[in-house]
Amino acid sequence: MDIKVRVWRQAGPAADGKMVTYDVKDISADASFLEMLDVLNEQLILDGDDPIAFDHDCREGICGMCSMVIDGTPHGPERATTTCQLHMRHFNDGDVIDVEPWRAAAFPVVKDLVVDRTAFDRIIQAGGYISAPTGTAPDAHAMPIPKKDADAAFEAATCIGCGACVAACPNGSAMLFTAAKVAHLGLMPQGQPERDTRVLDMLQAQDDAGFGGCTNMGECTTVCPKGIPLTLIGRLNSDYRKAVTRKS
Amino acid sequence: MQRKKPSSIGLKILMAVTGILLVLFLYAHMIGNLKIFFGETPFDHYAHWLRTIGNPVLPNQWYLWIQRGGLTIAVIGHIVAATILYGRARKARPVKYAHRPKVQGSYAARTMRWGGVIVVLFVIYHILDLSTLTLNPNAQSGKPYANIVADFAPSRWYVTLFYTLAIVAIGFHLRHGLFSAVRTLGQQTARGERLARTTALVLSLVLVVGYLSVPFAVLTGLVG
Amino acid sequence: MTTEYWHEGDPIADTAAPDGPIETRWERRKFSAKLVNPANRRKLTVIVVGTGLAGGSAAATLAEAGYRVKSYCYQDSPRRAHSIAAQGGINAAKNYRNDGDSVYRLFYDTVKGGDFRARESNVYRLAEESANIIDQAVAQGVPFAREYGGLLDNRSFGGTQVSRTFYARGQTGQQLLLGAYQAMERQIALGNIEMNARHEMLELVIVDGKARGIVVRDLVTGEITTEMADAVVLASGGYGNVFFLSTNAKGCNVTASWRAHRKGALFANPCYTQIHPTCIPESGTHQSKLTLMSESLRNDGRVWVPLRGDDKRAPGDIPEEERDYYLERIYPSFGNLVPRDIASRAAKNVCDEGRGVGPGGLGVYLDFADAISRLGRDAVEAKYGNLFEMYQRITGEDPYVVPMRIYPAVHYTMGGLWVDYDLQSTIPGLFVVGEANFSDHGANRLGASALMQGLADGYFVLPNTISNYLASGPFPVVSDEDAAVVEARQAVEDRITRLLAVDGDRTVDSFHRELGHIMWEYCGMERTEEGLTKAIGLIRSLREEFWTRVKVPGTGEELNQNLEKAGRVADFFELGELMCIDALHRRESAGGHFRAESQTPDGEALRHDDEFSYVAAWEYASSFPDGKPTLHKEQLEFEYVHPSTRSYK
Repeated sequence: MDIKVRVWRQAGPAADGKMVTYDVKDISADASFLEMLDVLNEQLILDGDDPIAFDHDCREGICGMCSMVIDGTPHGPERATTTCQLHMRHFNDGDVIDVEPWRAAAFPVVKDLVVDRTAFDRIIQAGGYISAPTGTAPDAHAMPIPKKDADAAFEAATCIGCGACVAACPNGSAMLFTAAKVAHLGLMPQGQPERDTRVLDMLQAQDDAGFGGCTNMGECTTVCPKGIPLTLIGRLNSDYRKAVTRKS
Repeated sequence: MQRKKPSSIGLKILMAVTGILLVLFLYAHMIGNLKIFFGETPFDHYAHWLRTIGNPVLPNQWYLWIQRGGLTIAVIGHIVAATILYGRARKARPVKYAHRPKVQGSYAARTMRWGGVIVVLFVIYHILDLSTLTLNPNAQSGKPYANIVADFAPSRWYVTLFYTLAIVAIGFHLRHGLFSAVRTLGQQTARGERLARTTALVLSLVLVVGYLSVPFAVLTGLVG
Repeated sequence: MTTEYWHEGDPIADTAAPDGPIETRWERRKFSAKLVNPANRRKLTVIVVGTGLAGGSAAATLAEAGYRVKSYCYQDSPRRAHSIAAQGGINAAKNYRNDGDSVYRLFYDTVKGGDFRARESNVYRLAEESANIIDQAVAQGVPFAREYGGLLDNRSFGGTQVSRTFYARGQTGQQLLLGAYQAMERQIALGNIEMNARHEMLELVIVDGKARGIVVRDLVTGEITTEMADAVVLASGGYGNVFFLSTNAKGCNVTASWRAHRKGALFANPCYTQIHPTCIPESGTHQSKLTLMSESLRNDGRVWVPLRGDDKRAPGDIPEEERDYYLERIYPSFGNLVPRDIASRAAKNVCDEGRGVGPGGLGVYLDFADAISRLGRDAVEAKYGNLFEMYQRITGEDPYVVPMRIYPAVHYTMGGLWVDYDLQSTIPGLFVVGEANFSDHGANRLGASALMQGLADGYFVLPNTISNYLASGPFPVVSDEDAAVVEARQAVEDRITRLLAVDGDRTVDSFHRELGHIMWEYCGMERTEEGLTKAIGLIRSLREEFWTRVKVPGTGEELNQNLEKAGRVADFFELGELMCIDALHRRESAGGHFRAESQTPDGEALRHDDEFSYVAAWEYASSFPDGKPTLHKEQLEFEYVHPSTRSYK
């Protein structure tokens, strides 16, 4: 099929950017969205143009590297799907598709569709872990964990850290990302000793990184490729409130 | 040393608590309003009673002023927190999308901020109209029944219209606000979420109907 | 001995390996290794390249021990390394099932599964440490699957008779990697690790015969810097992307290993490649990577192709008697459950006969119609629902209605930089962990063993062995103006300039794709002397063409993804040639290396233990490609598990 893409082009972090339209001819409906961009880039290179920079790696929906807003929706129109798993068969011949980078102050544009997401790493650094230096662990069966809790922790832990939640949130909030990690670790007995400091420090890091606050709109969970539920934000709020109370 | 900024969730908790206080007041206010259906004397008597709550421990009107003080603090706290969060949200998304996303969230969720502004404007008008009586066509102190009837006279349809719009805005504001407050205070189960949504909707509807019943009763001559 | 393609040099031996009873070797090595006083550790710097399971766990553990760590990855965050995509699980000899598992049995299975081409000492140590990995991961909060009693669940994997595989749904790699990543981030916050994401290692710096640093390119600014340390650890993964299409991430590359190889580190067993039979086939020329589906699908799916190659009817319209259930026909006792390599090769054979299905004729049907009518759709959905969903997402076809199409794909590379028992390469101070080294899987890796090896290396082996080397440090400070440093940085800059200067008329990807075709055709599932010789010629001329016709747009001073790719592909050319030479020299079939000339009358792999029971460790010829690589043989001794023929009849 033949389509047009309007892509955000920006040479560098400080440069001005703009939407530029390209024709993509004769693309297979079985190609993934990123493969469509590969094909376009091959053409751009041969034409002497600068190919479009975009982040991607595993191309099987788990590394969390691909990041583009397609027609206004992070990762595009298919629910629970990363950009790399989105296929052209979901578009029609003649479509004009808008492709933009994640937009958030905490995720500055590096080039074209590539953004800097180290703010997420900084949130994890602030407390998104259990302190268990290598060699200190007791036997894995020393502490049984109810299946219900283990499963719930797993669901929260499936977050791939792509940042679609931030890209979708009108407030540029990272609350769903932080909530997922706080829930994952807080649901397990190993995570209890650091539970209070974790939530306080991670939220501080999140505010410091320049993410906005949550107004419970739920755009984040709608676009989340792993379907992390909004209820985890309630849990985060509750953990925060209890941590503040215990601290004072 | 840099002063620590208030945390986003802390601000949200402040909004939730103040919001809930304001909703409690709105409900009390609404119940009082409905006294109008009992006739002029009971309604005026009720209005007068408001000034004597707390007697004889508190001198006349003291309770009323305490309550006004509390409400003012709540409103200011609510607005200040909202403003800070709004500022942060603006800063967090400095560049808008060229392709405006299809909005998935509810209409109520998206109109919280503008809805809030409408409500504030209305409250100012409302105080000037029925508390200070500055803008009231009847403006007889101690005669609230007559003032209200004069206010919503059919010839002043635009007042009723504005009032209606403001109340509907409050309804929307509450529908998302109540649900949101419950989550901010830690609601975290799927069942609780459904319950919170339904409750918020019912409470908002009841409030809208309760408040609108008065002007429409006047308009239709049921009260007059 | 010298042949047309290689010289044979002196044999090599693993001098770090202790002898004596195998159960005590690791204990004794840990005791004999020199230690570094905790107070001295912070004076020692270790560079770790790569942040997957091996690199992430090594960086975190070394930092916890008190060393100063500098960590590098090409992705935007250490959390994205391709270990994250591992699905199945991780083996550990916990014997929680009381089903007769033990360290010895895991050791035995792994040596045998590796087709007797791995070192016994290394494998035994791997089995010993396996249990500690599970403890460590649980302590970090890795949410493994649990039973209702709250204890860890296990499953049997890859045809083993015991249930020793721990898993977290189909995302075990993700969860284990996030555990290591979080441990790393904690050390970053404490200032013990300096993290450099979006940085690529492009050269190794050797001073006075020791690995002392690396040259890296900042992928965002293009800045080239030299980073110095007391030791360098490579955890840069495997090289499956030499085939262009593989289940690896797009960025996976051999450059870090290859640069070390060019500087003197031996490269061992490059031809051992694991090809996984159940991947989703190519859908067209746009294809950029292949996706794996769990092998468990073959438990209920039946594999077939049309009897006649010109039968282009829809699968549902082809009557039973005109279908060829070739695995059931050729291997009546194992049928669809034959081992990975057999299933892969059989698929290739029927496609070579022109009977393949789907675009390009590169695919075979995996049909669940019988399973659905026998078990019911719900039962099939309960077992394979998520896989069917993934298949449908990618292909747009509903496998409940239309048979799946599958084809083999490159999945893992057993070869890698040669290391001794201490995981030290032939360059002092250069350590190699995880898939980047060659040591534990022999000629074939068992399912759920890659995660085990990466984490054993990073959490438990390397931190114990590297101290023996670091104990003689800190080494003299190397100035930025040191001749070796300047030379290394200059080499990187020259290479980038050269790549940009060609300014030809073909894209990097077009070369990579063509190289991949050559490798897949001649150095893939089935290799022959004739094919390999041909491949070497093709690769050489393609490489020449690359350096005269490649077009790399942009400059070196910016984010330039094509420049990154070009450097990686240039190294893949050299690796590809060495893989073919290694495959050519190994005139036997073993594990992930099948030589058509060496098979039993039934078409099964035939080893030649008398001649090839060694590790082939290749030395880079300094004048390569004009010169020839030199082969050093490390003889393998089997004292505990005696070589036998794999049998599945």
